[in-house]
Amino acid sequence: METQLETFETNLGNVRTAVTRTSPAAFQDALADVVDEPAIGASLPFEEITLEGTDIVLDPTPDQLREAACGVTPAALGVADYGSVVLESTPAGAELAGLFPDRHVIVVRERDLVPDMASAFERLGDRFRNGNGDAVIATGPSATADMGELVYGVHGPRETHAVIVEE
Amino acid sequence: MASERSRKADRIRHVMETEGDSVERNARGFNEGRYESVARLEDYDAYKDRARAIKEDAIERLPELIEQVREAVEANGGTVYVADDAADANRYVRELARERAAETVVKSKSMTTEEIDLNEHLEAEDCEVWETDLGEFVLQVADEAPSHLVAPAIHQSREEIAALFNEYFEPEEELETAEELTAFAREYLGERIEDADIGVTGANFVTADTGTMALVTSEGNARKTVAVPDTHVAVAGVEKVIPTFEDLQPFVELIARSGTGQDITSYVSLFSPPVSTPPVDFDDDEPIADDPAERDFHLVLLDNGRMDMRDDDQLRETLYCIRCSACANSCANFQSVGGHVFGGETYSGGIATGWEAGVHGQESADEFNDLCTGCSRCVNQCPVKIDIPWINTVVRDRRNRGAEGGELDFLVEGLTPDEEPAGLDLQKRFFGNFSTLAKLGSATAPVSNWVADTLPSRALMERVIGVDRRRDLPEFERETFVEWFRNRDEPRPVDADYHAVVYPDLYTNYIRTDRGKAAVRTLEALGVAVEVPDVASSGRAPLSQGMIATAEDHARDVAADLESHLEAGYDVVVIEPSDLAMFRGEYERLLDADRYEALAERSYEVFEYVYGLLENGADPAPLRGVDAGGVGADIAYHSHCQQRTLELEAYTTDVLDRLGYDVLTSDVECCGMAGSFGYKSEYYELSMDVGDRLREQFESPDAADRTVVASGTSCLEQLDGLLARRPRHPISLVAPDESE
Ligand code: SF4
Repeated sequence: METQLETFETNLGNVRTAVTRTSPAAFQDALADVVDEPAIGASLPFEEITLEGTDIVLDPTPDQLREAACGVTPAALGVADYGSVVLESTPAGAELAGLFPDRHVIVVRERDLVPDMASAFERLGDRFRNGNGDAVIATGPSATADMGELVYGVHGPRETHAVIVEE
Repeated sequence: MASERSRKADRIRHVMETEGDSVERNARGFNEGRYESVARLEDYDAYKDRARAIKEDAIERLPELIEQVREAVEANGGTVYVADDAADANRYVRELARERAAETVVKSKSMTTEEIDLNEHLEAEDCEVWETDLGEFVLQVADEAPSHLVAPAIHQSREEIAALFNEYFEPEEELETAEELTAFAREYLGERIEDADIGVTGANFVTADTGTMALVTSEGNARKTVAVPDTHVAVAGVEKVIPTFEDLQPFVELIARSGTGQDITSYVSLFSPPVSTPPVDFDDDEPIADDPAERDFHLVLLDNGRMDMRDDDQLRETLYCIRCSACANSCANFQSVGGHVFGGETYSGGIATGWEAGVHGQESADEFNDLCTGCSRCVNQCPVKIDIPWINTVVRDRRNRGAEGGELDFLVEGLTPDEEPAGLDLQKRFFGNFSTLAKLGSATAPVSNWVADTLPSRALMERVIGVDRRRDLPEFERETFVEWFRNRDEPRPVDADYHAVVYPDLYTNYIRTDRGKAAVRTLEALGVAVEVPDVASSGRAPLSQGMIATAEDHARDVAADLESHLEAGYDVVVIEPSDLAMFRGEYERLLDADRYEALAERSYEVFEYVYGLLENGADPAPLRGVDAGGVGADIAYHSHCQQRTLELEAYTTDVLDRLGYDVLTSDVECCGMAGSFGYKSEYYELSMDVGDRLREQFESPDAADRTVVASGTSCLEQLDGLLARRPRHPISLVAPDESE
């Protein structure tokens, strides 16, 4: 039997998202390997890991947003059977950091994985009713086929990379 | 009339030549994706049922839900405006633009704003309006209307887009590849988004309990449109409201699969505006998050005829539509001409008739309503199970009734004992009353065949009723199937376990009597006591012309003619799949419930029945297998669209298999004929273009040497025209010889 984590990993691969697995202790090193400079990001609402102390700019100006090659943001949930991540909007601009740069690095904790969309919607329903009401279910990079062929990176990241923090 | 027909034929020919290849390639790609993707989804049918139930409930409770949305959005700090019609909605958005002195408006894809022509109204307010969805952007530059609900520029090839951009933008280096075109558009539109004062989006769904809009996109444009400017206006039809947040889930699982065949699109954005992301002022150099500008959000819910559709028992279902485009992609005619022929002012594809009739008025459906041949291939593809062909039939019927009388009516009056208004188009009348013609033709055969085929009569038929002279006419048999059976002197099986009526449909009775005889011999060989009573024609012909009252008369006659047999325990075996589809499908709308159920439950397709007999222990020995067949063992089989919709194809292939045949099946959507469609001069070429896909498949090396077999009459006729090999009905392969 595949574990939920393995299913998630396989499906991330199916939707063109690279994967790095790491532990809380090794997190910042693992992150440094996959981040392109200049990078911007949104602070992680997690206890065990943080972006403080890295070169990632956490409160970017519009210019820094425009110039960033990479954005690092947390995911609230990972949906194993689709390889999707749920990205929440925050007043600090997490949405922007995951949308403008060419490369989006998504930090997702193993403990935040759910097996399928039905469980994801159950969790989200509670959040949305409690007024935490913006999220994007993102699956792979931004894509378009409108120019006659599939092209990645239009109006959104060209590359997506998930850093999964194991328990 | 004749000139209108040739004008229409010209236009169809032109679009097939210029856009047909792109549309076909893309739509068929979406279809393949859909078939694979839904096959991977466990509980696909359960999701469809849930999606349908949610929509039924939502439309039922719509006024109440709209109030709930209003409360939820206002509690979040946004505003809801319910607009009566296009003018009302446009006025509201224009005033907003004026108040904000907006110079640049960016939009993400929205059919609803296309429906009300919002861009023009904003431009009249001196706003620059930019479509940020790349497909929409292409159309904006080309100054064209969308050709498809989901992929609006489906009809444009990469080369055409490159030529368009190079001419319009005159870039320093000519754009060529899809990468280059995309990068250019991204940059160009990126600047527009940075400058934008207002972002306009649609909404795929709006949830009443949380005031959340769901936007389904592959590109990040909707997210940027919402996040960057401080004012967001969402324009959505009132029918987009669903009760709860959790109700989104089945739609999220279904919508992309049904449309483009992806499991899910890159982004499903769930916004409960005003969103918490800080707006970005690109002229500022302070950290973005430190600049908590007020966000402003307006949800414009558009009625524009929808509440009337809700009150209309026939059109209501249209409101369940989630605009996924599966009906268009699966439509054989759409695959040839795309939305520029198969669509109205805004909406296109199968469901466009319902939408256009509802939001732009019935006459806006005139141009393209004919292109739905009622083949029903879209019905099972629709994730909310809308009976799209029925909606098309209803609108057709209403248009017929609104038509004015013409001067040539007397010509067909004698042939048309129908219930329809005098002004009904002659061509429709002719095809709708085919049963009367068949009776007459058969009574006077072979003279009638000979006369009908002479040049002057073909020319006259073409001019007056638009029967294309390139199409072979059916040849009537002198002795009908019913008469043959009556005159036959065969011993009946005694103590038979099964009693069945072989239904003498129009074609079997007057034109293809052989397949009726073969069906009788097959069933008798399997021990069934068979009857072939004189039964009225099903009403398929008038129904496909939108002559619902006439079809209803036929339905009542059929039920009355079969009543005593049904009471006596007979089953009804149907050879023509489109007639079986009537008995099981449309008759529910034409007959009272008891009569409908009695007939629907006891009707079987001929191979379904044979399969059932064999499964229940009948001995197949008397049937003719490969060895005694006279045709080779290798078969190329084209089922029939309605037969496939009813999921009956497998019975034929299974029985043929058991008898030793090697069966290869076609996988194109349709043969392109669909009853009278291919006879009509304005559609003859379209019919042949669709048929060409089947021809290609059956002429491929795998199939080229196989005996061609088809179940439906129109398919047989079309294949006859397309191929050098003469196609046959599958029953002729299994029926014992006459002499035995
Ligand atoms: S009618 Fe059904 S298949 Fe067609 S667009 Fe609407 S939801 Fe999709």
